[in-house]
Amino acid sequence: MRRNIPLIITFITGMVLILGYFVTRGPLHTLYESFSDYFAIITVFAFILGGGNLIKVHLRRIANRAKDWRYSMVTMVGFTVTLIVGMFKIGAPGGWGAAVVEPESWLQFIFDGIFTPLAATMFALLAFFVASASYRAFRARTKEATILLVAACIILLGRTPIGGWLTGWLPPELSFLDLPNLANWIMAWPNTAGQRAIMIGIALGVVATSLRIIFGIERNYLGRDE
Amino acid sequence: MNRICLLSMVLLVGLWGLFPDATAGQNATAATSWFDTNRLNTFVLVIVLTGVILWFVAAASSGKTFFIRKIAGLETVEEAVGRATEMGKPILYVPGLNDMDDVQTIASMNLLGHLAKIIANYESTLYVPVRRSLVMSAARETVHQSYLSAGRPDAYQEDSIYYVSDEQFAYTASVDGIILREKPAACFYLGSFYAESLILAETGNSVGAMQIAGTAKPPQLPFFVAACDYTLLGEELFAASAYLSKEPRMLGSLKGQDVGKAVAIVFILIGCALKTLEAATGNEAVSRFSEYALWLFK
Repeated sequence: MRRNIPLIITFITGMVLILGYFVTRGPLHTLYESFSDYFAIITVFAFILGGGNLIKVHLRRIANRAKDWRYSMVTMVGFTVTLIVGMFKIGAPGGWGAAVVEPESWLQFIFDGIFTPLAATMFALLAFFVASASYRAFRARTKEATILLVAACIILLGRTPIGGWLTGWLPPELSFLDLPNLANWIMAWPNTAGQRAIMIGIALGVVATSLRIIFGIERNYLGRDE
Repeated sequence: MNRICLLSMVLLVGLWGLFPDATAGQNATAATSWFDTNRLNTFVLVIVLTGVILWFVAAASSGKTFFIRKIAGLETVEEAVGRATEMGKPILYVPGLNDMDDVQTIASMNLLGHLAKIIANYESTLYVPVRRSLVMSAARETVHQSYLSAGRPDAYQEDSIYYVSDEQFAYTASVDGIILREKPAACFYLGSFYAESLILAETGNSVGAMQIAGTAKPPQLPFFVAACDYTLLGEELFAASAYLSKEPRMLGSLKGQDVGKAVAIVFILIGCALKTLEAATGNEAVSRFSEYALWLFK
């Protein structure tokens, strides 16, 4: 019974959501439109679960002086300070009655002055990682790798002003060999075709996985069977 | 499963009956139809696909076997775990950045279950940092079940599956920190990823970890292909659970999926031919015929 109830819930919910997509009115359609709201409400309560787990894990590491406990200390200080500042609206110009995110509040300063630069720093790492990954990946070891290398060079040059400078002298009859035009053609045709093929496969995979879950064929996500 | 479906249908009809028709007893008024006819073609496709997949599932249940091609990334899962055990280093599993409402995350949880069973048998260490609390709960239940079924309940450590942060780059920074400090021998990135995919993969590469990735987000696939040892491309992520479990009904659903792909290929070829003919001849009859023939995919 412990396994059957979640399976029944899964089946009913799945059927309601599938049928609700095609039904334009009535209780089925209302449920279909409401389910996303229900999920959003549940995830709000899940924040408490996540926050509680965060505190428990890091406090335990600090208490046991486990490996790298100092990083847990930094996490707890950041978590506690942000929580207290936000919850009690400390430093907010409007005081207790102010909005949670007040333009000149301490919480806004934490977000604008600490969180945003840190997030931007992590994002900026991508530029260097793209360079290192490209350097490693684009080697002409095989036929396919050589094609990849040539295509990457064309697009790299074609997307920068140097591409136009290198092939801008070509006559109009040979304009298709202009690097920016070649780059656009590669992105518009072979790349789009490949992406669409992958997306068709993904869509079918999603359908098959969803049906396996709705009909109870796949049950790993349910956990223990006691 | 049949009993459960029947009971569910009864409950569904019963629930429907609880909502009385508000217009009963009033004069007739104009209203929209119950069924959205603009989505009729999608409805037909859903029915056909569902029927095909369920037919193959039933065929597999009756004992029919199907050939499934090898997926390199999945063949090396056990090798990756064995490598981690020999080196005495942990295994990192990142189930993606989305919540349990994303089918990729569900597929990732299914894979985690299979992987956790192998890890339990090899007596290796597993770390699963997650971005969403619901994913943490699901992952803990899944891993615990796997350790139980492997006969190693004592080896299960609840704290190895923990919540990090809901913020994308805060989560990425934390996982990067785990990779650099713990130096896992194997990293699995299976689920839904965004811009952080290359950051994670390159960091894992910098510590010499064997990396197996899989996502159904096409823009992230090239980054994983470039930086990881093995990549599950799109549908392979969804096929992975069936592939690893070798359960006949799940393998049957893979064949049903393949039939869907075959149908798509046929219609793509027909569509290309018809549109080429239409462009070449400008014939109105060809144009009308192609419109009818391709109505299913409009």
